[in-house]
Amino acid sequence: MSIDIKPEHKPEGIEGAGFFATSLEKVVGLARANSLWPLPFATSCCGIEFMATMASHYDLARFGSERLSFSPRQADLLMVMGTISKKMGPILRQVYEQMAEPKWVLSMGACASSGGIFDTYSVLQGIDRIIPVDVYIPGCPPRPEQVLDGILKIQELSKSESLRRRDTPEYKAQLALYGIE
Amino acid sequence: MSDLLTTVADKLKEKFGPAFISAEMDYDFPVFTLEKSVLYETLSFLKSEPELNFNFLTTIAGIHYPDMKEKEFCITYHLHNLFLNHRIRLKFYMPESDMKVPSITHIWPTANWMERQEYDFFGFNFTGHPDLRRILNMDEMNYFPLRKQYPLEDGSRDDKNDKQFGR
Amino acid sequence: MDNKKEFNQAEAEKVYNILNLGPTHPATHGIFQNILKMDGEIIVEAEPTIGYIHRAFEKLAEHRPYNQITPITDRLNYCSSPINNLGWHMTVEKLIGCEVPKRAQYLRVIIMELARIADHIICTTIIGQDTGATTGFLYFFQMREKIYEIYEEICGARLTTNIGRIGGMERDFSPVAIAKLDKFMQEFPEYLKEFQKLIERNRIFMDRTIDCGPISGERALAYGFTGPNLRAAGVDYDVRVANPYSSYEDFDFKIPIGQNGDTYDRFMVRIQEMWESVGIIRQALDKMPTGPFHADVPDFYLPPKEEVYSKMEALIYHFKIVMGETAIPKGEVYHSVEGGNGELGFYLISDGGRTPYRLHFRRPCFIYYQAYPEMITNGLLSDAILTMSSLNVIAGELDA
Repeated sequence: MSIDIKPEHKPEGIEGAGFFATSLEKVVGLARANSLWPLPFATSCCGIEFMATMASHYDLARFGSERLSFSPRQADLLMVMGTISKKMGPILRQVYEQMAEPKWVLSMGACASSGGIFDTYSVLQGIDRIIPVDVYIPGCPPRPEQVLDGILKIQELSKSESLRRRDTPEYKAQLALYGIE
Repeated sequence: MSDLLTTVADKLKEKFGPAFISAEMDYDFPVFTLEKSVLYETLSFLKSEPELNFNFLTTIAGIHYPDMKEKEFCITYHLHNLFLNHRIRLKFYMPESDMKVPSITHIWPTANWMERQEYDFFGFNFTGHPDLRRILNMDEMNYFPLRKQYPLEDGSRDDKNDKQFGR
Repeated sequence: MDNKKEFNQAEAEKVYNILNLGPTHPATHGIFQNILKMDGEIIVEAEPTIGYIHRAFEKLAEHRPYNQITPITDRLNYCSSPINNLGWHMTVEKLIGCEVPKRAQYLRVIIMELARIADHIICTTIIGQDTGATTGFLYFFQMREKIYEIYEEICGARLTTNIGRIGGMERDFSPVAIAKLDKFMQEFPEYLKEFQKLIERNRIFMDRTIDCGPISGERALAYGFTGPNLRAAGVDYDVRVANPYSSYEDFDFKIPIGQNGDTYDRFMVRIQEMWESVGIIRQALDKMPTGPFHADVPDFYLPPKEEVYSKMEALIYHFKIVMGETAIPKGEVYHSVEGGNGELGFYLISDGGRTPYRLHFRRPCFIYYQAYPEMITNGLLSDAILTMSSLNVIAGELDA
């Protein structure tokens, strides 16, 4: 039986016998994308689907993200899963602020993205009201396949991101919209 | 089940006399309505009386009837006799101006959070409660959200206008 | 000897640490905050704060027609949503006085027992995970996927199922669903046996969980415990037996109980309940009656979509139900089912309008979680984590 293993797509560069030269940015992007450490901010139902994604059937480890970082300081990706109430909002924001750059945010499920069916007095109507979000996953709750797709989208983003993006005035202006310095 | 209704009603009538208002069957539940002034005594009597022995507090729920004058609020208790599997419901009405309810945390410790929840939702003032604070909502909240006059929706949304719903 | 307590220099100079456990702590599996006063590794005092995912279910239910409340109940205890769905349907059926055919009741029993197994799989594997046995989690969690596949055959969703309808089931089990169920019934006992063998008599596991977070039967009753946690403390109260619903009286099953009410007993009660659930599903499959899978209550039972698109009558009823034009009797009902964590009650007050006047959920997690500080004081911090996972507190149900 032959197993068809596809190596990671090589970035553009100059290749010769025994060497391969490319820009640092691309190498860093490649490394970042394939070892994202997610911080699971799981509050409700979506957290259970995330558990299914982590477990053996769907196996998030195939995408290099099985190392959950429960400390925000070492995490690259904030995965917000489930309803965020107004009482929880400040905590979410604090966790986001504690994460080191570069950081990405994945909003999983209808509740985190928009408040979902809970348009009520106690629920925050979408986490993008307090922190910037990179990828939204629709669904209530999304299937594990969708979660994997969302993580792949984050990988694409991180792969092609310029090393200087986080220092640009545009990025800072974007954060300032949320009142984050 | 109707014997349960008469047994408990007789006992309560005998004990509390005029404070006993009514007894009826609502579906499979005997329901007793009493004056609020005897709330604590009723519940402790139902628990301690050996023939009744309602030893388990199932739940506490408040209700708001804004249209009923002088009976705007109602608090209900579901009790359960686990030995004989008897269940009853008790109701106590009160006006909005006087929402003091004696706390029953000394009879059942489990009433602690149930009472805090009903305080949080409706603003019942449980006297004698060890720690009457909001439990589910934020401490800064300045109204009681389950009262009928307050809206369900979060006021901060501007993408949901009446036009979209054809109103 | 004088009675005066001797002045203890060490006691007076003792400095306590304050530890903030939560709201998002990796070991708490949900959103719970506990502010602990620690004497070294011993917990002296605990102060829980809840409400971090309060979603206002009770207010929301006052604004939804009866059939639209089912999706809300999904999100109460999301580990076993079918029990919540069917419990809600039974509450409404009690209000409107609708008798569900025997076949529908048996189908419901199968689904509810599957949900109970799914719930207990989460709880038992998490206890294993927290004692350091990750293998159990990875191995046994596969069975949850199989249950999800059966749900998908029956209702099309995995987690938030919205299963059944007021008046019966939405559809009968398809041959594929029956085949999947049969396969599950063959595989599951093997997996359960192996999981049990892996953990049950494991020295490390036993040393870790026996006498960890115990509660006596008396205190448990005073705190309003129900479900597996109460039974672990030695009280044999089970709603399925006390107030049988959905034909539970037809089945022969045992109520497993524990003695000490500690983490080990709670674990074992759940494992035994899974065996009983397997037995109930077997009996239901064997004795499955024939007949319709829903009652003839067109005023409340949502008609199938094919008929809505092709038949006048179905379209009218669909319109009436969805727009809330049906007459609902006035009255108050309380109905409870045995959920994954205990007595899940629905106290429904109808004033005849299209939405309930008030709907109160008796949520077992909310009620028994208040005993948590008492159970963990004077214990170790690591025991507190285990106690929480063995209580199986589900944040969605806790905060409603």
